Amino acid sequence: MKLSTKHLLGIKDLNRDDIQLILTTAAQFKEVLQRPVKKVPSLRDVTIVNLFYENSTRTRMSFELAERRLSADTLNFAASSSSAAKGETLLDTVNNILSMKVDLVVMRHSASGAPHFLAQHIPAAIVNAGDGINEHPTQALLDAFSMQEKFGKLEGLKVTIVGDIMHSRVAMSNMYLLQKMGAEVTIAGPPTLIPKYIQEAFNVRVEYNLQKALAWCDVANVLRIQLERQNQPLFSSLREYNLAYGISRSMLESINKEIVIMHPGPINRGVELDSDVADGPHSIILDQVENGVAVRMAVLYLLANRDQ
Amino acid sequence: MKTILSEAQLALTVKRLAHQILENNLQLTDTVLIGLQPRGIYLSDRIVHELMQLLPPSQIEYGKLDITFYRDDVRKSLHLANETDIPFSIENKKVVLIDDVLYTGRTIRAALDALLAFGRPSKVSLCVLIDRRFSRELPIQPDYAGKAIDTIITQKVKVCWKERDQVDEVVLL
Repeated sequence: MKLSTKHLLGIKDLNRDDIQLILTTAAQFKEVLQRPVKKVPSLRDVTIVNLFYENSTRTRMSFELAERRLSADTLNFAASSSSAAKGETLLDTVNNILSMKVDLVVMRHSASGAPHFLAQHIPAAIVNAGDGINEHPTQALLDAFSMQEKFGKLEGLKVTIVGDIMHSRVAMSNMYLLQKMGAEVTIAGPPTLIPKYIQEAFNVRVEYNLQKALAWCDVANVLRIQLERQNQPLFSSLREYNLAYGISRSMLESINKEIVIMHPGPINRGVELDSDVADGPHSIILDQVENGVAVRMAVLYLLANRDQ
Repeated sequence: MKTILSEAQLALTVKRLAHQILENNLQLTDTVLIGLQPRGIYLSDRIVHELMQLLPPSQIEYGKLDITFYRDDVRKSLHLANETDIPFSIENKKVVLIDDVLYTGRTIRAALDALLAFGRPSKVSLCVLIDRRFSRELPIQPDYAGKAIDTIITQKVKVCWKERDQVDEVVLL
């Protein structure tokens, strides 16, 4: 059994078996990460470049750690401190890096479709670490892994995705994944942040009332408000957003049901999530981060191991 | 097809291996048993079952080790991992590794690497059901062997277990 794709560009291209294979492999790597020596020699002949055209803390560190735990050699590239700032094109930069014999490219870019473009032009396998407002597949995989760990299965699970759906690649990847795995999804947020077509495109419910959306679900995946991607105001103030769509402890108490809280980070405390909820007993936000390393190890391991 | 061990012989061999392990590690003091995933587990389960007749179960420490991520041929073909479960420390313990067939020795090489990620055992010994002599590619030998056989490279040894193959036997194909 192996993945049906050469690259991981998005959850859209994966089938159910691929997703299951990644999650199963990730569980084995999670066990490896509990050992006194958390490193395995699997990818010691593989070189990986981390190409980050956009800022990142968690994803980048998580990928770097995953690569090192697999004994791969790694190269780091940050657009701000490189020749990209001098005007070199993406393809030129990557071809230059590949001529140094690199096997895998992990890439984040602010333009949607940048990794797909690259996949058509280079021989190396590509892992999308987030492209614009399109997809962030490893985030969706680690979210799914965390939910499966918590509930035992994804099938039939009720998941509410709250917040800035319009600008969220995390929401997009999560919707693809949850649907393929048979979970039910509700989208909640202000109408200005939820694209009109989403209901038909993804067969999800849309609920503008946060309390109703939370009362329905088993898990709430709360997204960050992405002010950097909003070039016009889509709600009047952060304070107003917090009042209508921020999750507070009193809101959770009012629905009279225990739901699990997730967030892909970084959290805007006091905007989409109040501190006592983010740090509360039902939050699995830090488990998500821990699982991220295991899931990324699984993805890299499965993509590097191509039957020749 | 030639039968190497029949059901009755296999049962006796497993019993003997269990007794030999106990003979060298009285009361299994400071000794732990680790079966290798996936196929060594059938043998290690049987050996542990035999030991349970001889010792109180609380004295037996038994784990399972998967070596997929330590293989030297990971990039040639994709191998899927199985569960590793070692719920005790192996630090300064005598470890008995258990596998079904010893052939080239490469699996055991990987197992030794994998084992060291869990600590530093005082001693590691190897118990196998079938030792395919003269086929080794690495200097690795068993301490306990059910049966040693001479084979050529085109032959295959098949170990069948009731739990999986409905029959207990070892055959040469």
